[in-house]
Amino acid sequence: MKNVADDKRGRSFEQALQRLEEIVDALERGNLSLDESLTYFQEGTRLIKECTGQLEGAEAKIQKLVSTEEGFRLEPISFSDEEDSQK
Amino acid sequence: MNASKKATSTAPYTVSELTRVIKDLVETSIGFVWVRGEISNLTLHTSGHMYFSLKDESSQLRCVMFRSANASLAFKPESGMCVEAKGEVTVYERSGQYQLSVYELVPAGLGSLQIALEELKRKLAGEGLFDEGRKRSLPAFPWSIGVVTSPTGAAIRDIVRIIRKRQPCARIILNPVRVQGEGAAEEIANAIDEFNRFGKVDVLIVGRGGGSLEDLWAFNEEVVARAIHKSEIPVVSAVGHEIDFTISDLVADVRAPTPTAAAQIVVRDKQEILKDINAMARSLVVAMKTKFTTMRRELEQIKSRYGFARALDVVRQRMQRVDELSKRTQTAIRNLLRQKRQLLDAGFARLRALDPHEVLRRGYAVCRESASGKIVRETSQVRLFDKVDVELYRGVLVCGVEGVKENEKRG
Repeated sequence: MKNVADDKRGRSFEQALQRLEEIVDALERGNLSLDESLTYFQEGTRLIKECTGQLEGAEAKIQKLVSTEEGFRLEPISFSDEEDSQK
Repeated sequence: MNASKKATSTAPYTVSELTRVIKDLVETSIGFVWVRGEISNLTLHTSGHMYFSLKDESSQLRCVMFRSANASLAFKPESGMCVEAKGEVTVYERSGQYQLSVYELVPAGLGSLQIALEELKRKLAGEGLFDEGRKRSLPAFPWSIGVVTSPTGAAIRDIVRIIRKRQPCARIILNPVRVQGEGAAEEIANAIDEFNRFGKVDVLIVGRGGGSLEDLWAFNEEVVARAIHKSEIPVVSAVGHEIDFTISDLVADVRAPTPTAAAQIVVRDKQEILKDINAMARSLVVAMKTKFTTMRRELEQIKSRYGFARALDVVRQRMQRVDELSKRTQTAIRNLLRQKRQLLDAGFARLRALDPHEVLRRGYAVCRESASGKIVRETSQVRLFDKVDVELYRGVLVCGVEGVKENEKRG
């Protein structure tokens, strides 16, 4: 089953990278207080960990979209060389 | 009407009249036609209008293609080239010649498919389906990629291979379709609709591997074009090879020259992204270090400023005062001790003064009755000729009492 969160994943990853860029920019501009700098730095480190974690995530599945009366279903499908899928 | 009336009359036509009649007949009865032939005597007038003849083994047809029509030609016509021309037969009254006014010109051999394609292209373009303005940008980081293609073709293998290599954790969902033959276009269009109803993909790749013009035909069909146009999910078309251009390519948000290229366009390489992130991580650390350095420098500056120096001075003053007080305390204790010591010394001195030996040293002597050893303080204690011992500072005199004198003063 595909979880709904997966949908938001791409967007959130993009947002995380954007935020990371903002943070680096802000820190590089250097007009933050030490407290703010530390907060930004911590947020940045967390985002880096998150993004890297997502990229290093498990290999995703290859699936086939199957339309049924009740809606859609995903079935596994593979592409080994002798594979000769139906339809 | 006019012509038939004239025909029954005996009055002769003027040349202009007859030409006008012919013109009317020709232009109203033939209309738009497609004509196939070989181009000859091609001249491009400085006005931009193009004049040529179309000929076959036995006939020739004079043609004119006005600048407004030939400006949009997709190829360069040359004498000897076989073409198909769409136009209407008109009569040029000044020379009394009929000619084909050409509106469209395509290389021959493309056949009726190509002609239909050109017409569909024009129609869809007219509706704005190819407008650059409506093309959406692709998501920067799609985690779920929908693919509409054949499950057995080279395209899906190429797409899977590239996405796996560049972004292993991106999900690939295939909606398998036939990509050629009867009903293929409807299947492709339906698959695109299905993905839109399914909704959980970030981007669609629609396409197939290389093939003949007929093989790729489904991607030139209106139903596919409309499905792509309607899609809420951004669509990348990937049909055939670099040189193949289909209507799908024109409608899609992005045209990829091949399925492999489509996969490369859709997912960024993981290593590239990691490199970017690492660069940002480095910048982050450098920026933080710089911040610390700046803060330290500021701190130094503040420390050197008068206000802070004064504050420090207060502290130093206090410290000095504490030192001073402790020194005074020590002195006080030392003095007290010294006083006690002096008292003690004085006591000793007095004690020493009481020592009988000290008295003898000063020249006094102690007189004792020899028999009893009692100290003789008064003359009455002894009688004449008694023996007495007189103790001096050094030594003792043994004496006899030879007389007594009273000491009036001491009485």
